Amino acid sequence: MFRNALGKTLRFLGYTVQYGCIAHCAFEYLGGIVVCSGPSMEPTIQNSDVVFSENLSRHFYCIRKGDIVIVKSPNDPKSNICKRVIGLEGDKVCTSNPSDFLKSHSYVPKGHVWLEGDNLRNSTDSRCYGPVPYGLIRGRICFKIWPLNDFGFLRASPNGHRFLDD
Amino acid sequence: NIFRTIGYKKKYVKVPHGHIWVEGDHHGHSFDSNAFGPVSLGLLHARATHILWPPQRWQKLQPMLPPERKPLQREQE
Repeated sequence: MFRNALGKTLRFLGYTVQYGCIAHCAFEYLGGIVVCSGPSMEPTIQNSDVVFSENLSRHFYCIRKGDIVIVKSPNDPKSNICKRVIGLEGDKVCTSNPSDFLKSHSYVPKGHVWLEGDNLRNSTDSRCYGPVPYGLIRGRICFKIWPLNDFGFLRASPNGHRFLDD
Repeated sequence: NIFRTIGYKKKYVKVPHGHIWVEGDHHGHSFDSNAFGPVSLGLLHARATHILWPPQRWQKLQPMLPPERKPLQREQE
């Protein structure tokens, strides 16, 4: 009887390890559910919204201008930030604030992206810490799950003027 | 930390919070932070601990900071 209990415990542990590995691979390579906090992406994503992010675009280098991405913070590797891609490598971006009189531009270096939050007035993004290496991108947000009245694909950027087309 | 750099665009550089400064052992022939600047810790992939091949170079890699590359000033946390 004792061996029976031991066998069951070991089987249970075996299943747990298997499911843990599959879950880890799924979160790492496929995608997962993310809870966003902070005001920097309003009105597109509000505080405590739940969104679904996929990681395939990052592995296949399919991140496009205008995508909302989840990125490891450049200054704090333990936290993630959620911003919109305004420029890819080689793109010209406006580095000055909209309120500045003299506009300054620069080009995004190779292997980097330029990120900005939708809430330009209340967002620390690439205007603060510069272009972000592509390797820090964790995933791309596809659609919003919660709140239910806002379920669906995410809206385009309300700051269309920030996208400079050469 | 504040470092004296070799061939970087600024002579002295302060490594920002959450970043590291990497250099190859063969100065002058190494594409490292002297070329692309400090590296964000989030990009750190792994640490090399041993050389496995070729067998005559089998060894444990010791973390060693050459004395002339020590930081000039360590910031108190």
